[in-house]
Amino acid sequence: MSDGSMTIDAAIVPAAAARRPLPAHGSRRAYAAYALVTPAAALMLVMLLGPLAGVIALSFTDYQLGAPHFSWIGLANYQDLFADKVFWTALRNTLTYVVVVVPGAVIAGLAIALLIQSGTSLRSLYRTIYFLPVMATLIAMAVVWEFMLHPQFGLVNGLLRGAGLPAFAWLQDRNTALYALCAIGIWQAVGFNMVLFLAGLVSIPKQLYEAAEIDGASSGWARFRLVTWPMLGPVTTFVVVISGIRSFQVFDTVHVLTKGGPSKSTEVLIHTMYTEGFEFFRSGYAAAITVVFLVFVLALTLIKSRLADRGVHYT
Amino acid sequence: MSRTHSLTLRAILRHVLLIAGAAIMLAPFIWMISTASKPQTEVFSSELHLIPHHFALAENLREAFAKANLLRFLLNGVIVTISIFVLQIMVALPAAYALAKLRFVGRQTLFALVLFGILIPPQATAIPVFLLLHKVGLLDSYAALVLPFTISVFGIFLMRQFFKTVPDDLVDAARMDGISEFGIVWRVMLPAAIPAVTAFGIFSVVAHWNDYFWPLIVLNSEQLRTPPLAVAHFRNNEAGTSYGPLMAAAMVIIAPLVIAFLFAQRRFIEGITLTGIK
Repeated sequence: MSDGSMTIDAAIVPAAAARRPLPAHGSRRAYAAYALVTPAAALMLVMLLGPLAGVIALSFTDYQLGAPHFSWIGLANYQDLFADKVFWTALRNTLTYVVVVVPGAVIAGLAIALLIQSGTSLRSLYRTIYFLPVMATLIAMAVVWEFMLHPQFGLVNGLLRGAGLPAFAWLQDRNTALYALCAIGIWQAVGFNMVLFLAGLVSIPKQLYEAAEIDGASSGWARFRLVTWPMLGPVTTFVVVISGIRSFQVFDTVHVLTKGGPSKSTEVLIHTMYTEGFEFFRSGYAAAITVVFLVFVLALTLIKSRLADRGVHYT
Repeated sequence: MSRTHSLTLRAILRHVLLIAGAAIMLAPFIWMISTASKPQTEVFSSELHLIPHHFALAENLREAFAKANLLRFLLNGVIVTISIFVLQIMVALPAAYALAKLRFVGRQTLFALVLFGILIPPQATAIPVFLLLHKVGLLDSYAALVLPFTISVFGIFLMRQFFKTVPDDLVDAARMDGISEFGIVWRVMLPAAIPAVTAFGIFSVVAHWNDYFWPLIVLNSEQLRTPPLAVAHFRNNEAGTSYGPLMAAAMVIIAPLVIAFLFAQRRFIEGITLTGIK
């Protein structure tokens, strides 16, 4: 039902009710329905929709937590934001993070799913192992990664030295810190993507492979190119968008490991928002950053729902 | 014969690749357990060895528990995640039932708002919700950790989809028996929806046990810290000096979910991939 017919429905309801009196238990049921949805509707308004409108409104004010009064300042926050070098650094770093983590986690997830599905033995063991990082508290594992990347006593540099390669000060070096965080991000996301791909692979009909074989597609690569890849298309786009949205929200590893440093090389949008909003309590300015973040995330979501409209479904 | 030969070769290659990948995935876990088992002198040695010469896991665990009130933090994690889940169900189930099975003016609008709500990332509402909690004086409390998450639009959506598949006859029969609409939600729909509630429960508990962003924002008091906050503070306080106890603390924090996962893998994977639909 479209929005238009809905408002019309709402408008004619009193009339309709008068014309065709509902049986007593029917109207009692309608009252029950309102009683049942009221807590959810009220909480939704207070904790979700209200705050969403609030953050947009706040971005046009100079409100600071604890300040006695505030005023509307129009687009001044946005002007400040776009004139601020830190914001552009944060945006560039966030986009770099997304552009590295999404292909990394999607390709690795697909490769692992294909490998697992190509044989029958040890399937569930491999699935469990690759899924483990998704389960483990990211903050705890970030601390472990920090020690693995320790310049002197870490496992990574130890192995590099053992192989005669140069070692790095991963998280302390402005040239490598962001990429080290990307690696942690990929490590954590691969298992999640793998599970989505596995579900997609299972749903491809066996007959398609048999038909391809009859048509002469005998090599594994030919079967992948002619059957698997096209059939997996919808799942792949879906996984790409989901990974994109999640990468955009990167915060935990940044906050606990680098605080945006060294020299802003790992500053990302949500971390800037956190610092402005919850350390300096510049609520209005932080709200403007949130709105920019929202625009990006909603754009990605829009792509996803457009794909869903075209009959791309995933469960 | 050459076919079976190439088949076994392919099978071997599959295992080699998968084991190599698994080694990378497991490396942090192995390194964590290894470091948690080493005495200080072995942790700070440039010579790589996984199995400690002197086994010190017990000492490191004892030190971790002595330096931080880990039991309290784990208990906080349990209190917060369970409260969130129970309240989410209490709020979402009645609404989902009404949206799926009852007719009332505004149903379409409400459902459209639920769908819209699913699109809103949690970071987007953080500042206003924080200001609201500040205004009503609830910051730095269990309530601050729980209240904002009592409404799960995703839970409502999920349950509504599930309730749609429950036959109307079941609901009508319950009405014939004189059960109220409210009673139907808890005595008819809930038992029918246990698989969906379980999957949602795992999704919810894992998400909130691991959440760092929100507790970081609203908490000040040490005694209210949730497990992820506890690890982060432990790390900041020790600032690169006692990795053994730090790794032991990390182990303790991830243990409950990882152990639960190993015992009920299918259910966990089902529950967590629900976020995929989100």
